[in-house]
Amino acid sequence: MAKVVAGVGSSHIPALGAASDHNKQNEPYWQPVFEGFGPAREWIKDVAPDVVILIYNDHASAFSVELINTFVLGAADEYDPADEGYGPRQVPQLIGDSDFSSHLIESLVLDEFDMALANEMDVDHGCTVPLTVMFDKPDAWPCKVIPLCVNVIKYPQPTGNRCYNLGKALRKAIESYPEDIKVAVFGTGGMSHQLQGERAGLVNPEFDKNFMDKLQNDATELTKLNHTDYLRESGSEGIELIMWLIMRGALSDDAKESYRFYHVPVSNTGYGLICFDEPDAPHMQASG
Amino acid sequence: MAIVDDYEDIPGTYVFNGKRCRDGYRLNKFCKTLDIEANREAFRNDPEGYIAQFKMSDEQLRCVRERDWLGMLHVGGNIYYTFKLAIFDRLTMQHVGGAMSQMDVEDFRKMMLEGGRTIDGNRSLKESGGTNNNSNNLPTRI
Repeated sequence: MAKVVAGVGSSHIPALGAASDHNKQNEPYWQPVFEGFGPAREWIKDVAPDVVILIYNDHASAFSVELINTFVLGAADEYDPADEGYGPRQVPQLIGDSDFSSHLIESLVLDEFDMALANEMDVDHGCTVPLTVMFDKPDAWPCKVIPLCVNVIKYPQPTGNRCYNLGKALRKAIESYPEDIKVAVFGTGGMSHQLQGERAGLVNPEFDKNFMDKLQNDATELTKLNHTDYLRESGSEGIELIMWLIMRGALSDDAKESYRFYHVPVSNTGYGLICFDEPDAPHMQASG
Repeated sequence: MAIVDDYEDIPGTYVFNGKRCRDGYRLNKFCKTLDIEANREAFRNDPEGYIAQFKMSDEQLRCVRERDWLGMLHVGGNIYYTFKLAIFDRLTMQHVGGAMSQMDVEDFRKMMLEGGRTIDGNRSLKESGGTNNNSNNLPTRI
């Protein structure tokens, strides 16, 4: 049966992708950030997931104002990097797993999470930057990827509690898939930032630290944050952190934080990275 | 269930709610088209002819022509959409962030390097005295 083996929380700041694509990793501005990725990149090699379910938001790339969906699960066998106005990122195409996607959608809808389904979808920086963060610049991504998009642009976004419960349903869906595959769940976006208005540039490291501190043992506390709490305290785009709660919901109560990195600023944003192990995952047994 | 929009007292913040989504529909739709190279080319060659297709309001057209990034938010623009116009102009998020908070781009960059705009004093209009901290001209929120 399929098994959840690890979770990752990471911001998906587009400038990170551009820095990697243009080989700026060793410039003084970027060096400390890419150095912070190092241990996570080593760790994910041990985790060696067969599939990553990557939770992110589309930034007006695959979807537009004509139709706004709250949750969309990719059901394709491949996803191309989107043209966001600069031409597409020169990163590998994502290879999906349509059988697994179909199973997940059926399980989630029967579990009363009414997912929209995308048979075709280009993926933007929200999806490709976390892959760069974790896997650097390979010729091909080392695992299959299933994108799960969340509306965080149009108010009201789904509540943090809804996201956390979606994560729980996602775990149930994963664990009922008969193939013996290892699944990692990435929750991306955030951390505190505000791109718009006179308050642009807002970063709240205290909020971010508290969010990371509570993610392992007090995630239910975090599910009580409402929209205005996020908008006010973490900036208008900080509400992307609800996507980390889907990841946390998909992990067991016993999941343990194994790595954390935080850095301000990356572009206009507080950058956060956090890794969780499932205690019964194969990579945990191997390392004793 | 009553919907409480208690976010309206957050200074300098334009929550993309149903009203803004409707008001900004044509503006955002125009911006969205700029993620296709053929459209960028058409807009480059004939800006007025290109924007005429979208039936934007006069104020939206003015904001587009003058690249009034803050003004776009007042007429329903969403930053992820309007930023596509900024990308077209080869501007960064720091340029646009600076323009919206009425700061020079270098001052904005410096503020980010120093840890970003502080939350203290910027939580609510009450806390900010109806204005926005760190922003040079202390604009009030409309």
